[in-house]
Order: sequence, then C-alpha cells, then structure tokens
Amino acid sequence: MPMSDPMLPQVVRVLRRRRELPEVWTLEIEPASDAAADAPNFEPGQFNMLTAFGVGEVPISYSGDPQRSQRWVHTIRAVGAVSTALTRLRAGDVLGVRGPFGSAWPLAAAEGRDVLVVAGGLGLAPLRPAIYRLLAQRRRYGRVTLLYGTRSPDDILFRRELERWRRRLDVDVQVTVDHAVGDWHGHVGVVPALIARADFDPARTSALVCGPEVMMRFTLAALRTAGVAETAIHLSMERNMKCAVGLCGHCQFGPTLVCRDGAVYRSDLLAPYLPIREL
Amino acid sequence: MPTAMRRIDQIVREHRFFAGLTDADVDLISGCARNVAFAAGDYLCREGQPADRFFLLRHGRVALEIAAPGHGALTFQTLAEGEIVGVSWLVAPYRWQHDARALEPTRAIAMDAKCLRGKCDADHDLGYEMMQRFVPLLVQRLHATVLQALDIYGDAHKS
Ligand SMILES: Cc1cc2nc3c(=O)[nH]c(=O)nc-3n(C[C@H](O)[C@H](O)[C@H](O)COP(=O)(O)OP(=O)(O)OC[C@H]3O[C@@H](n4cnc5c(N)ncnc54)[C@H](O)[C@@H]3O)c2cc1C
Ligand code: FES
Repeated sequence: MPMSDPMLPQVVRVLRRRRELPEVWTLEIEPASDAAADAPNFEPGQFNMLTAFGVGEVPISYSGDPQRSQRWVHTIRAVGAVSTALTRLRAGDVLGVRGPFGSAWPLAAAEGRDVLVVAGGLGLAPLRPAIYRLLAQRRRYGRVTLLYGTRSPDDILFRRELERWRRRLDVDVQVTVDHAVGDWHGHVGVVPALIARADFDPARTSALVCGPEVMMRFTLAALRTAGVAETAIHLSMERNMKCAVGLCGHCQFGPTLVCRDGAVYRSDLLAPYLPIREL
Repeated sequence: MPTAMRRIDQIVREHRFFAGLTDADVDLISGCARNVAFAAGDYLCREGQPADRFFLLRHGRVALEIAAPGHGALTFQTLAEGEIVGVSWLVAPYRWQHDARALEPTRAIAMDAKCLRGKCDADHDLGYEMMQRFVPLLVQRLHATVLQALDIYGDAHKS
C-alpha cells in the first residue's frame, strides 16, 4: 500500500456520520489521497490512526466494506477526549488519517474451511469488513457462522444488517445478550455458550474473534473445548498507540508490538500472554 | 409399558448429555425418566418450589428467569435442544432458584430427581458418571455467570 510519510496524517473530509448506539457513531470518510481509488485499499482487520485536530490521535479499525474503496468507514465509541471529538465530526468537517496499519484477518487461508466469526460488543465493527468479504466470496468457504454477543437488546450494533444477514440461507447468524427483559425472543447468555451449539467441523474451522479481552479469553477456552486448533484461531488485540509504525514501543504486548505484529494475532502466539493482567 | 420404556431408553441414550453411558446405566436412569411437553409460555419450574425434577431438552427453547422488582421477569439464560434445565436438584435444600419458561412448544425428558439421587447413592459408579456430566456444566454456568456479572460490555471501549 503506497504511503508517503506514515507519520504524517493526511487531511480528509467526513462524508457522512451515522448514529449506531447512544455513544457509538459511524463515520464515512474520504480515503487517504495516496490510497488506490479503484481497488480494495485496505484489508479487513486493519486500522487507521485518526486525528481530531487540536485534540489528539487514536487507532480505529476499519468497519466498512473493503470493496468500497471510495470511502473508508470507521465505527467509534466515545470513551474519552479524542474518540468523543471524532464522533462529533459532521459531514464536511476535516480530520487526519494515517494508515492502513496492522495485520489482517486470515481470509485467504480460511478458504475451503468453515469460518466461525465470534464478536462481542463493539468488537463486531473490526470484524464487519471480514464478514462483507466472506459473504461476497461465499462460495469459497464451507459453513459460515456469526456469533454475536452484547449486553442487552438495546446494545446490538449494526442491528439491521444482522437481521439482513440472518435472512440469508447460507450463513448462520446467532445473537445473544447478557440479559433481557420484555419482548426479546432471541438467545440470552454469554457468547462463548453459543459455540457449543454452532454447527461447524472443528478440524477444518477458522475462527475470527474480537471483543473485550475477557470475552475473548472465555471464547478461546470454548473454542479449545470444541476442538478448534489454536493455530486456526485469530484474535484482534488493542493496546494504546502512538506511532503505529513499530517505533515507539507504546503498544507492546508480551514480546510483540500490536501495531506491527497485530492487531490481528494467531492465538497460539498470543495465548501465553493473555491471562496476565498487565504487561 | 414396554413400548414407552423402550422409547425413553432410546431417547436417553441418544441425548448428547448422556453420550458414553453403558447400557446398564441408561436402563437405570431411564427408570427415573418421563417424556413431557410444554406449550409456549408454560413454566417448567418456579422459583422457590422443590427441585424434584430436571429436564433434558429435546426440542424447543426455554428461558431461565428471575423476577426482578420493577422489571418483571429478567431472563439470564436461554437453553435449547440438547441442554439441561435445572441443577438445583443436585444440592440440598433442593429448591429452584429461578423460573424456567418455555419460549416455544418444548419437548423434554423430565428426570425424577429423588429417584436419580437414590440410584446414585446406591450405585456410586453411576453417581460418578452423573457428576462427570454435571460438574462441567456447573463450571460452565459459573463462568458464564462471572462473565455476565463483570458486565464486560459496559465500560470497555470495545463494548
Ligand atoms: C488496533 C486498535 C483498533 C481499535 N479500533 C477501535 C474501533 O474500531 N472503534 C473504537 O471505538 N475504538 C477502537 N479502538 C480503541 C480506541 O483507540 C480507544 O478507545 C481510543 O484510543 C480512546 O482514546 P480517547 O482519547 O478517546 O480516550 P482516553 O482518554 O484515552 O480513554 C478514555 C477511557 O477509555 C479507556 N481506554 C482507552 N483506550 C483503551 C483501550 N485501547 N483499551 C481499553 N480501554 C481503553 C481509558 O482507560 C479511559 O478510561 C481501537 C484500538 C486499537 C489499538
Ligand atoms: S504504537 Fe509505537 S510501536 Fe506500536
């Protein structure tokens, strides 16, 4: 991917902003000017460094369709100064962008295999580009299953899209919430519990997992119990970042740097460091 | 009724929860088993009542609920085919800690808890087989409860 100076943000405009959940917004932005305009210009799983001018810069994953190279899509939860400033940008406003950075979901390696996508909360956003690609190239894969867990029915991200995918006959979409009251008719319980019920052949399954770290640890345990090989499980990790190009050491995780070696990791490379609270 | 007995035997043998049991154990267990059906909205059990049965779901879906003041029924887990409703029968004082309500027409095997406890007391090998099946289930439910209690989606930025 051509990039003039990876440390220098390019100034781009917001094309559209959409509210997903009370604190979560999706921004569609112009791609960096040096990105290819007529071909996929990022890989599912990668992220950008986004700058809210005058406030700061943060890593945010791509959440849009990799086939749509004309606009880059990011889904952002307002948690602090920078993410909040980004979610307040409107169509026409400018922001800075550096990227794409980081590793990708192993979609080519998963061809011919069953694919199990396990997402928790906002972890669905970094997985959505992978889901778009799996569905666009559906014939290349065996059974495709999406298991999504979140807190309550009101916290379901991309709800309409999940409903649309559910209606397809060639993908199994299961949504579960931690607890529910009233008229929710779907599953209740944690997302790892759905793994035991899902229909896949563990010996030829690739699993893609993204969500809060605790959810990923429990998911990993459930996948192991189901018989999925450690080398066939990939997780997306998050650590605070500064340079995003492997120079500053800010994003260190065990012996690795998340910006350079991740954010998508094969689980056997990561597992030894996962249960440790702080590294 | 020999036909009914045979059917229960078969059902118990084929249920994934009892996979790997010897024929003799299946016979013993089946003596405590009965086929039951529930319409959508029916309760399989109610909080506070004696836990004198547990259920192996064959078809349908069941919600485990707790009455939460001001909220009505709070569902904390849904269970489906192949899964077990009820672990309170394992430990004294053998009372249900929650409601279980059928969300759709549901068929299940109801196990008479007293009958099964009696057989496990009399035959510790059978008791061990049962514990080998129930302990992982309890651990799994404990982990799920921990995850839910942590409310991991609540404050993490990825939630
Ligand atoms: C590779 C990568 C991809 C990411 N993708 C997305 C995405 O698609 N959408 C999205 O909304 N966010 C994503 N994040 C997280 C996002 O970068 C942080 O939320 C952001 O940096 C917070 O900055 P802030 O200035 O708004 O908040 P701060 O003031 O820095 O933090 C506010 C609060 O959030 C907590 N927090 C901040 N960052 C993290 C973190 N990484 N892990 C845990 N807690 C944190 C802080 O402890 C603090 O309590 C990603 C992070 C990485 C590393
Ligand atoms: S952010 Fe600087 S090394 Fe990763």
